[in-house]
Amino acid sequence: MSMLRAIFSHASGRIGGTIVVVYIIIALLGMFDITPHNPLQQFRIDRLHAPNATYWMGTDLFGRDVASRLMKGIGQSFLVGFCAVALATTAGTVLGLTAAWFGRAWDGLVMRVMDVLLAFPAILLALLIIAAAGPGTWTSVAAIAIVYTPIFTRVVRGPALSIKSREFVDAARTFGSSRRYILTRHLLLNLVAPLTVQVTLALAWSLLTEAGLSFLGLGTQPPASSLGLMLADSRNLMETAPWLLIFPALAIMISILGFNLLGDALRDILDPKTRSRPA
Amino acid sequence: MTTPLLSVSDLCVGFGRDPSKNEIVKGVSFDLAAGETLAIVGESGSGKSVTALSINRLVDFGGGRIIGGSIDFKRRDGSILDLAQAGEPVLEKIRGSEIGMIFQEPMTSLNPVLTIGTQIEESFRLHRGLTGRQATAAARDALDRVRIPDAARRLKYCPNQLSGGMLQRVMIATALACNPRLLIADEPTTALDVTVQAQIMALLGELKHETGMAMIFITHDIGLVAGIADKIMVMQAGEAVEQGQLDQVLDRPQHSYTRHLLSAVPHFESGRAARADFRREKAKPPALTVDGLTVRFKVSGGLLGRSPGSVHAVENVGFDLMPGETLAIVGESGSGKSTTARAILGLVRPTRGRFSAHGLTERAGSVADATDPATQMVFQNPYASLNPRLRIDSILAEPVIAAGGRITTETREKMKALLKRVGLPEDSLERYPHQFSGGQRQRLCIARALMLNPSVVVLDEAVSALDVSVQAKVLELLVDLQKEYGLAYLFVSHDMAVVERIAHRIAVLYAGQIVEIGDAASVLSNPQHSYTKRLISAVPSIDRRNQHFELDTRQVPSLVRPPGFEPPEPQWRDFGPDHRARAEA
Repeated sequence: MSMLRAIFSHASGRIGGTIVVVYIIIALLGMFDITPHNPLQQFRIDRLHAPNATYWMGTDLFGRDVASRLMKGIGQSFLVGFCAVALATTAGTVLGLTAAWFGRAWDGLVMRVMDVLLAFPAILLALLIIAAAGPGTWTSVAAIAIVYTPIFTRVVRGPALSIKSREFVDAARTFGSSRRYILTRHLLLNLVAPLTVQVTLALAWSLLTEAGLSFLGLGTQPPASSLGLMLADSRNLMETAPWLLIFPALAIMISILGFNLLGDALRDILDPKTRSRPA
Repeated sequence: MTTPLLSVSDLCVGFGRDPSKNEIVKGVSFDLAAGETLAIVGESGSGKSVTALSINRLVDFGGGRIIGGSIDFKRRDGSILDLAQAGEPVLEKIRGSEIGMIFQEPMTSLNPVLTIGTQIEESFRLHRGLTGRQATAAARDALDRVRIPDAARRLKYCPNQLSGGMLQRVMIATALACNPRLLIADEPTTALDVTVQAQIMALLGELKHETGMAMIFITHDIGLVAGIADKIMVMQAGEAVEQGQLDQVLDRPQHSYTRHLLSAVPHFESGRAARADFRREKAKPPALTVDGLTVRFKVSGGLLGRSPGSVHAVENVGFDLMPGETLAIVGESGSGKSTTARAILGLVRPTRGRFSAHGLTERAGSVADATDPATQMVFQNPYASLNPRLRIDSILAEPVIAAGGRITTETREKMKALLKRVGLPEDSLERYPHQFSGGQRQRLCIARALMLNPSVVVLDEAVSALDVSVQAKVLELLVDLQKEYGLAYLFVSHDMAVVERIAHRIAVLYAGQIVEIGDAASVLSNPQHSYTKRLISAVPSIDRRNQHFELDTRQVPSLVRPPGFEPPEPQWRDFGPDHRARAEA
């Protein structure tokens, strides 16, 4: 509760938080098919209709309602993004913590593999993985998760190394506390702050990556809708039906802006160094 | 009457967005004549550093603002300038050339990637316009002046190649580079060992006589200023509660807080104040026996990955500790005293040696991972030894859970009883560590160590980070707990005055080896080994204020030995029923 209050009393947190909350509501509505129209229904007479009171964002080439498809698409993108980030966070945290704790060969192995993964541009690596596994919603979840795991590993390993040498960890070792207890209660609990910030920012990136993959036709497959797919479909009709391009593009842009603002706000709020300073 | 060099009147300094609401220094006034030394004494948070930093206005960079009063400084040309009103360009000229400053931590005050020569020369270039060879020569003279042997060669050293004491000398040399008329020293020796501290204090005293500069010396240790100050100002909560001439304040303190500080400072009394409430009985089994403890760390980075040797951090240390007894391990940093403590608790893997706690568990060096609930530890830094994200009940529960126990109502009752016993409110259980002060946190650590009814408690510099008055209370608590539970303490410390208050026996560690061990009163009153003598003569004390410290530039020998090196068997000499020292070559 105090966290929410802190976010909403922070200038960029207020904007970012509002955007993210609105998006999550839209995504949930889209996921449970609570949309103005059936996103798959083709209103043949109203093909490429400009936005009006019935079709808030117009219709596409097949006469499908853009607003409904957009809601569905946001739902789809968020599903992929959240699942991917959840997987990446879990994997990255486990790898980072164990690398920091055990050190030596395991640390070397984990971090070198992560270095190799980081050496590829995110979208290229995702493409490689999908090319090998075949396109689909769950392959793109896996691909995005693998792409973002190294970032979480690094974010966890650094602070974990420094916390590991703190006196309260030494104290725990003198009591004979179990490894699991030390890793979860002493290390992980103190990593919540950097992880929260990272999760928020990673959500923004993974939405973008998902849109990119769908745009290339490797993510969500038609006739299901996703933001990237809608952008791809609008390419040839840019001049005749600009609403097909504008609304999905704005949707992507605003969502990423929202997550980034929220991430920045969280960083300010959770960083003890900036906490007490005047903004 | 001539005007004083520095005249501060009614200085108020505040911090934060609204400085007048967050006042740290509340109306401090003092005068300082040329050549005089003023010591500002106070506990942490008393505003002593802020007062000093306001004089050269470095306080502005820390987010502080002067909200009232004046700081009249007589400049070299005779004009008087109010530093509280002066603009940044004027201040830049004054800092360094007319007001020098030394900080607490010499390791972090120097740039690690530049040679110390470059850094001293910078001061000459900026303020005196010297260049090239002239500047180098001036830097060499500056190092000579602070008695750094072999100055010409040391100029090419980087800070990491010099010890803390040497670095502090370099800092003093830099501060004195332009013959400032006022030197501000902010706890310049707090981060240093006692013997090094004594050297720096002696050096500052000599330099004061040589140059005739005025000095403001900030410290929390009222015993330290006795040898150097002319005047003392005692600060408490932002106010100067007492000021006056040195002897007057020390011998006839007027304010109750000054009296309190003076009584809280552990006076070193050469063994006369040692505890005499314990008699060793030969028949009883010792609570802890350490035999031939050796810890070596391999040095890496030799040719082709071969280790060029190892650091012999602890070498063949042995002692036994009776129930109810305190053995103090004293020595300076790098002497291996903390390593000894950590090895006993299994935090460091010993190379050799065996411990037995309570005559029951016999542990050889190789299986030190198994921890023993009979031995517990209290760490030095109370801010780092409690997990900030756990509530106090979870913190106290940890040893119980680690020992395989469950948290029952009984455990909670025990937690409450222990909290009460160490002098903390019962509702502490629902709070977090940051809601407690340093002294309270150390009490929490003590309570945590007692959760499993240990027989031995290792106290690693457990009171060093605390303010003197808090320190005295925690020591009192430790003595009471020892009597109540029959605890055996292994008290690791560098502070001889504290050790005198709590120890029954003392082991002096030097370069990883015990050089003298025995009855506390006997060791402190009649030290035999030259190192023990040096350590004891370096202890600052109010009573010894007129004694002169001898400058001593000896350094601790390197502990790195070639592979396979075994030190010769030590020769011991007895100096009483329970007092022996290592024979010296």
